[in-house]
Amino acid sequence: MCPEAIREITILPGRNKQGEPERFDAITIRPGETISIVGPTGSGKSALVNDIEIFAQNDTVTGRTVLVNGRQPPEEFVRDPAQKPVALITQHTKCLADLMVREFLLMHLRSRKIEDETVVQRTIDLANEFTGEKIRGDMKMTSLSGGQTRSLMVADAIVISNTPIILLDEVESAGIFKGRVIETLKRYGKAVIFVTHDPLVSLLSKRRIVMRDGSVEKVIEPGDSEREALDEAIRLDDIICRMRERIRAGETFTAPVSA
Amino acid sequence: MKLVIAAGPPSAGKTAVIRQIIGQMRDRLAIAYMKIDVVRAFEDEELAAEFGIPTKKIYSGDLCPDHAGIMVMSDAIAWAEEHAADLLIVESAGLCLRCSPYTTQSLGIVVLSAVSGTNTPLKMGAMLALADIAVVTRIDLVSQAEKEVFRERIREVSAALDIVETNAVQGTGMRYLLRAINAFPEIENPESIVLRGAPPLGVCTICIGKKEIGWQQHFGVIRKLEGADYLYRGD
Ligand SMILES: Nc1nc2c(ncn2[C@@H]2O[C@H](COP(=O)(O)OP(=O)(O)OP(=O)(O)O)[C@@H](O)[C@H]2O)c(=O)[nH]1
Ligand SMILES: Nc1ncnc2c1ncn2[C@@H]1O[C@H](COP(=O)(O)OP(=O)(O)OP(=O)(O)O)[C@@H](O)[C@H]1O
Ligand SMILES: [Mg+2]
Ligand SMILES: [Mg+2]
Ligand SMILES: [Zn+2]
Repeated sequence: MCPEAIREITILPGRNKQGEPERFDAITIRPGETISIVGPTGSGKSALVNDIEIFAQNDTVTGRTVLVNGRQPPEEFVRDPAQKPVALITQHTKCLADLMVREFLLMHLRSRKIEDETVVQRTIDLANEFTGEKIRGDMKMTSLSGGQTRSLMVADAIVISNTPIILLDEVESAGIFKGRVIETLKRYGKAVIFVTHDPLVSLLSKRRIVMRDGSVEKVIEPGDSEREALDEAIRLDDIICRMRERIRAGETFTAPVSA
Repeated sequence: MKLVIAAGPPSAGKTAVIRQIIGQMRDRLAIAYMKIDVVRAFEDEELAAEFGIPTKKIYSGDLCPDHAGIMVMSDAIAWAEEHAADLLIVESAGLCLRCSPYTTQSLGIVVLSAVSGTNTPLKMGAMLALADIAVVTRIDLVSQAEKEVFRERIREVSAALDIVETNAVQGTGMRYLLRAINAFPEIENPESIVLRGAPPLGVCTICIGKKEIGWQQHFGVIRKLEGADYLYRGD
């Protein structure tokens, strides 16, 4: 579908909030990679993914430049949704479309010029793997919960938009099985960039970009050195998940919780 | 001098978009700004304070703001030229969805908010159909899928319309709008500027103050409830 295959995306430095130059040379992202963007609130995490989403050309607040395969990307990459290689699931997704889930997905198919309508059900099925609250095609988009909406948007980005790069701004913030989302994204060979405050999501990524004051402070590539911390994060996350489900179900915790 | 006319529903982000245009072009161009609103507007004071440019506002009161705009447009062009402006930006309140404020020799920009509901583009009629560029704001608040669905809706109304998606507060995506303004020709002859669309017939006895209800009380353009579909449509 894309006029040229994406081999890599390169982020070139801009300026921090004080206007001082950023201190990295270039950050290169390739298909199949997972990267997390971490940092305090207001440090510029969303601004960074927004730069990637619109392939900034020194024309955003950050002054960064984003290249595709080493060059300025063709205009269709930014302007033609059917050719755009990135899908961004924003931090504030609240779907306001006055449509049923099925109609909404059908409209999206139409804008992507996809004929095969079975894709709609496949998208809904995948979304239902990400969330505990079942989504049906005849539900109103506006009646979906936050977790359902995000699950559907992630599934939509994978199945319908089918972009090689997916940007997720705080996927963990709603009732969504983040472990399963990450697994699925890896299975589909997507390059995934997570903006996150979540230790598990951060540790599951191969690289970590640390933001401060509007600029990239450092890029950490831990390799296997954080294996123990990751195992611990998985164990704790599992406990928290089960506690959450039990709390939702109205249970009490009088006996000790085991891992 | 170039003329840009921006319209769109209340709070769509017209001023936010115009702020970005002014902020990014004022190094190279002298810009003047006029707001046409119905009862109250503050943009003229805000933009004058922020950018130190000549600004003006007019209130249309009981008149359709687009009609009012057309009435004063040639004076406005003369006013901006007195200030040696290279670019006059007119922001219309755009409340009347039957009319559209765009003229010949101007770049017509319609501003829509991506969170205003999927059917909004279908409801906007001439304001959308007669524009040159649609600027979709609040793109920061919707997902890729919603963006695409919204875009598809705009295309249903006008397949050829150039669409620019932006977070108007941050100015993302503005490069395409700026490029269109840069490429747009100057006003050739102010005397020959005309309204692009034929405005709908707006005259009936209600317009002139008769308040009785029921079509039997009125003459001019009247309609009954039965079969009250379009009696007349402009372009
Ligand atoms: N998040 C977000 N907010 C926006 C965007 N565009 C505009 N806003 C905000 O929406 C509000 C209304 O924007 P305005 O630019 O004043 O809208 P307008 O169309 O000029 O409104 P009127 O002239 O009063 O009809 C402001 O608080 C803007 O900051 C956008 O792209 N994203
Ligand atoms: N390099 C920069 N130069 C100037 N302003 C910047 C820069 N980076 C970010 N900003 C601005 O700082 C503000 C906060 O940034 P942003 O929303 O990206 O933070 P965040 O890390 O995503 O925060 P949160 O965790 O709360 O979502 C935004 O208004 C953004 O435009
Ligand atoms: Mg953020
Ligand atoms: Mg305004
Ligand atoms: Zn009117």
